Amino acid sequence: MRRNPAKIIIIAWIGLFTAAAGVIPAAAQEGGKTPSVEAIVEHANRVAYYQGQDGRADVDMRIIDSQGRERSRRFTILRRDNRPGEESDSKNPAEYTGDQRFYVYFKSPPDVSRTVFMVWKHVAPDREDDRWLYLPDLDLVKRIAASDERTSFVGSHFFYEDVSGRNTNEDDHELVDVTDTYFVLDNTPNEPERVEFSHFKMWIHRVTYLPIQIEYYDERGQAYRRYTALNVARPQGLLTVTESKMEDLRTGGHTTITYSQVEYDVGMPKDIFTERYLRKPPMQHIKK
Amino acid sequence: MKRSKNKYKDHPVTAEKIVLLIFVALWTAVCSAQPPRLPQGLDSGGPAKAARKKPEQGSSGGPALPSGLGGEGEGTASQPALPSGLVKEPASEMQDRQKPEPQPFSLPLDLAGFWELRGGLRLQDDPAQDDVSLAETRLQLTYDKYTPELISRGRFRFTGDMIYDAMAENHDVDLEEGEGFFDLREFWAAFTPVDFLDVKVGRQILTWGTGNLVFLNDLFPKDYQSFFLGRQLDYLKAPSDAIKFAFYSGNVGLDLVYTPRFDADRFVNGTRLSFFDTASGDLRGEDAPLETEQPDTWFEDHEVALRVHGSLEAYEWGLYGYTGFWKSPAGTDPQTGKRIFPELSAYGASFRGPVGAGIGNAEFSWYDSREDRDGDDPFVENSQLRFLTGYEQEIAEDLTLGVQYYLEFMLAHHAYEKNLPAGFPAREKARQWLTLDLNQELLAQNQLRLSLFIFYSTATKDAYLRPLAAYDATDRWKVEVGANLFMGDRDTFFGQFEENSNVYAAARYGF
Repeated sequence: MRRNPAKIIIIAWIGLFTAAAGVIPAAAQEGGKTPSVEAIVEHANRVAYYQGQDGRADVDMRIIDSQGRERSRRFTILRRDNRPGEESDSKNPAEYTGDQRFYVYFKSPPDVSRTVFMVWKHVAPDREDDRWLYLPDLDLVKRIAASDERTSFVGSHFFYEDVSGRNTNEDDHELVDVTDTYFVLDNTPNEPERVEFSHFKMWIHRVTYLPIQIEYYDERGQAYRRYTALNVARPQGLLTVTESKMEDLRTGGHTTITYSQVEYDVGMPKDIFTERYLRKPPMQHIKK
Repeated sequence: MKRSKNKYKDHPVTAEKIVLLIFVALWTAVCSAQPPRLPQGLDSGGPAKAARKKPEQGSSGGPALPSGLGGEGEGTASQPALPSGLVKEPASEMQDRQKPEPQPFSLPLDLAGFWELRGGLRLQDDPAQDDVSLAETRLQLTYDKYTPELISRGRFRFTGDMIYDAMAENHDVDLEEGEGFFDLREFWAAFTPVDFLDVKVGRQILTWGTGNLVFLNDLFPKDYQSFFLGRQLDYLKAPSDAIKFAFYSGNVGLDLVYTPRFDADRFVNGTRLSFFDTASGDLRGEDAPLETEQPDTWFEDHEVALRVHGSLEAYEWGLYGYTGFWKSPAGTDPQTGKRIFPELSAYGASFRGPVGAGIGNAEFSWYDSREDRDGDDPFVENSQLRFLTGYEQEIAEDLTLGVQYYLEFMLAHHAYEKNLPAGFPAREKARQWLTLDLNQELLAQNQLRLSLFIFYSTATKDAYLRPLAAYDATDRWKVEVGANLFMGDRDTFFGQFEENSNVYAAARYGF
């Protein structure tokens, strides 16, 4: 029977293609195509803080002190990116890493229930975030003057900066290692007098660019604080950390945050992040 | 049988073989060069192997991947475990993680509240009052219901206090005064009939303006008795029975509050706190409390308060208007000798926004005492100009400092002096206050809060200090200790309360 030359060619192409498929990822893994550290940092920032154009989540915070005593904070957090066109940023929506607004409605413990905390996050280097606190029993819209973002958020081990995001331009970033799973970055602050750490390391998942662990080191090079992403999910296909932990390695205390009822792109209007909704919380986004 | 003369009969087999050989060779080479794809803890050895590996450095350093990203939580000393969820997970697992956390204990039916025990002692002997300034227990219950199905963005709220006040003369309930064994704090319904309008009707707490314990354009009722006696700061604001319309358009809003019947301050009248009575020239206390005549006709003795507000970036501005009455007694009926609440209109403006590292604010108000515009009626308070400027900044970790300058300027002071009855000390033309507000949060979970608020009157050198220490023992139990300290000459604004200086303590259980 006569062999068909076409068949040979097809088999040859299949063979080459399969081999190539095995070769190319290997080449990438070998480090031949490692992205620049700036690209890694930008991508990781986006994955961690800019999924979707807006979002909401119910948050359960468990604060364990060094003696094992537990406190809890439960709140709903709403977030909205100031989209291109609303700001001077001209990037396309998928690459947006600019200003955002957050609205936090507390549900427990009882003495902070219905209190609202609102932040307008500004990424410009010289601009402080704007913060408000609404105290419902006084019908009081309080403006908060706090320039230090590295203080405890509602008594937990997370700082305000951990919740809203640390500006990527505040540190000098260096790629110190590439493993099969992680990009390992070492970050040194540009203004060391403004922070309490001497440097911090980030382990960023290579496939998803999600920061999995962050360790903070003091002047002696000792790790004293550690963030870990414990659980991850993909509501609406968007990568979300659903459980994370911040440990104080000096005292042994830690805070665990669990996110549930996570939704993205719900079409939240910009005016939710104004005084109107401090006084009259948008229950349609809060009650689930 | 005819023999096939196909040249390719042998070659094709050979060509295929070569291609296949090349392919196999390449694939083998590639596979052997590739490091193991499986993340830590997921190799075929299973948990035992992973456990053995745990404390050692893996071939690929770094934390174990979290569940969701391909790892199962096992990490090495130098590499974090990947979270679960970073591999394709079955849909059911993803749904599990989306389930809300089980709620801790809370009352059913949208109920919440607290129970509180509060006691206070006078620091000095006040002949006109008891030594015990406060001895009460309070149970607050709140019912809060969101009812979008009934009406657009509808919400209903009821808050009531059941009080046993051992120092009260009687326990008869007076809902307007907030006296007796029951104090109705809130009882309102809110809804949004059209997109740009929020309506709230009923008994509600209302606040606007930029002052910190200093009020210019906030003409909503205050409870100075509770404030000076040492009740929780929330009680400084007394409820209004009113309807509030809030219109919004872009950056600008208009609030209109109609109070159908005048809501006076819960002012110091001598029953719980003594004060200096200029008429008698002496302290006046529970033996001879103030008698007042209050405007109380529905829809005639009404109040209208208006605010236009907006923001330019992070800068907030407001314009205010009010028509009604002086909120605390500001005149006397010459016939009966009772204190009265003369008619008042007020107009003002405010501004607030970031200034340097802190927040700055400025506010102004003109109080138009309509019954005595010329200032020559000694029995009615004169018109005033009020001015406020303030600044607040975080000065150290968890330590905030706020300062304010407040000026109250009496208009037509000359006419006032000229017409003052003999023997009455003349009030100064300008009353100036400096205030200081220090707040410090301490301990690992910020559960200890120390605060100090000082009012200081510069011309008359009297002062009022409010130190407070509050400790959140658990999420539900809270204790606080504080004091109200008055200093100065008897005929000064704060000094008159000197004998009322007290310390207080409270324990509260929230649910």
